[in-house]
Amino acid sequence: MSPVISAKSLNLTFQTNDGPVHALKDVNLDVEKGEFVSFIGPSGCGKTTFLRCVAGLEAPTGGTLTVNGMTPDEARRARAYGYVFQAAGLYPWRTIGGNIRLPLEIMGYSEAEKRKRVTDTLALVDLDGFEKKYPWQLSGGMQQRASIARALSFDAEILLMDEPFGALDEIVRDRLNEELLSLWARTEKTMLFVTHSIPEAVYLSTKIVVMSPRPGRISDVIDSPLPKERPLDIRDSREFIEIAHRVRDGLRAGMEAA
Amino acid sequence: MTDTAPLAAQGAGIGRSGRVALWARGFSHALLPVVTVVAALLAIWYLACIPMNASNSVLQAARADVAVSPESASDRRGMSGLALAVRNPGVAVAGAFDQDRARLPAPHQVAAELWAGTVGEPVTSNRSLIWHGWVTLSATLLGFVFGTVLGIALAVGIVHSRVMDMSVMPWAIVSQTVPIIAIAPMIIVVLYSVGIQGIVPKAIISAYLSFFPVVVGMVKGLRSPNGMDLDLMATYGATKGQTFWKLRLPSSMPYLFASLKIGIAASLIGAIVGELPTGASAGLGARLLAGSYYGQTEQIWAALFAAAILAALCVGLLGVIERALLGRMGMTT
Repeated sequence: MSPVISAKSLNLTFQTNDGPVHALKDVNLDVEKGEFVSFIGPSGCGKTTFLRCVAGLEAPTGGTLTVNGMTPDEARRARAYGYVFQAAGLYPWRTIGGNIRLPLEIMGYSEAEKRKRVTDTLALVDLDGFEKKYPWQLSGGMQQRASIARALSFDAEILLMDEPFGALDEIVRDRLNEELLSLWARTEKTMLFVTHSIPEAVYLSTKIVVMSPRPGRISDVIDSPLPKERPLDIRDSREFIEIAHRVRDGLRAGMEAA
Repeated sequence: MTDTAPLAAQGAGIGRSGRVALWARGFSHALLPVVTVVAALLAIWYLACIPMNASNSVLQAARADVAVSPESASDRRGMSGLALAVRNPGVAVAGAFDQDRARLPAPHQVAAELWAGTVGEPVTSNRSLIWHGWVTLSATLLGFVFGTVLGIALAVGIVHSRVMDMSVMPWAIVSQTVPIIAIAPMIIVVLYSVGIQGIVPKAIISAYLSFFPVVVGMVKGLRSPNGMDLDLMATYGATKGQTFWKLRLPSSMPYLFASLKIGIAASLIGAIVGELPTGASAGLGARLLAGSYYGQTEQIWAALFAAAILAALCVGLLGVIERALLGRMGMTT
């Protein structure tokens, strides 16, 4: 089976007033269908930039990148992915239901289909009954769940998440991590997940991509041996701690090399 | 039971008095500063009437054979009102507040004129300030609609086209540096020569003033969505039109209302200025002009206050609409 996302010697250089900045240098990565891939690394390592390249929001300056065999731009127009940002970014003038309808309206779904999908995705993220509430009436965690529902509503195969839980406290984050895993198990989507948190990356992923800065590059790719079923207390297991160790080593090596 | 009942009643009493106190505090918080400022302004106004009207007060007193200083009329001619008031305090104070055609009519005289012009006249009379106010208001509202539509259209163009951004904005700014009093007669003459007269030329002068704040506010408002909001639209493959209707326009509403409030006040000024050069027979501008021709200062002040009240009502009404709409949109400011 050919990979869903395939990057070959991908390069991206920003021209700034202080000279060129290598945001991505020779990035090679294949993501298979149904994988949960986390990108971890310090600020400036290019993890968000890579995600934005996949989404077609940035244009690489070298190498090739395909999404479902298409260019990122074509994939975007084919609505191949949903994107979840660090902030929920719900429109304050729309209800939760209205926010989830937004992509459906833009993509021209029928009225009946819109209603059905809003109900279904709200149930998927456990927000049934909140359709008519406004964003300000919800907690931060609930808002972020609504924004995940918005990304899921049009049933894209790939979900790109850029530190979606970065602004939430650890207790809420733990619960949302658990929910995200069960969501992933039910929907079998391909997940690309950017994070700062080692436990989050290890807990969620089937594949962990460790990145380092200046220039932004991949320093290690770890295939997780953890089973697909992951209760929260798996984080106390020996395997979990070993992987976390390897991630930390990778991060440190990347920092020293820079 | 007998023990607890009075306690409960006491508690209720505390609650009630607490609420009254809170209400009274809120009331005095809102009202006291306003009343203080109004009282101070009225006091300054009354005080200013004494020197402003002193020469006339002293003249009337001299004609009535009251001793004034200096005695000779030719000596008094070159003196300032303040100096006359200082040398004839009794006469100046006594005569300051009830003169016909006073140089500065006292507040109660203006209030009486306002009352006579609004309540005291049928609205169909050409002496009614309500009738004149309506003439001005109708031109104001039409101009406000013209200006708002033009302003929004220009802002949409500026936000979406770099060429328009570079070419329109400088001219919009230049347009506002030309004194409206200079351009108003030209607009009226030019439009008259092509057969347009009546309310439309006045409305166009109003629009000339009111489109500008709308352009500036809407350009800012339409550009207010942040990068993430726009990226989100991009990930949906939204067209420019969809991004406009579903993101840019709703985001701009708070900015629009701020602009509209400035715009409607500017429109009113435009309509009044538009009434001046034509020698219009109706409208608050015409009242101002007629008042100054015939030295009817009370009429001028009454028309001024009528215009101020009209502007306050318009801005207030927009504020009510703003709160209702933004409240519904979950964007309470």
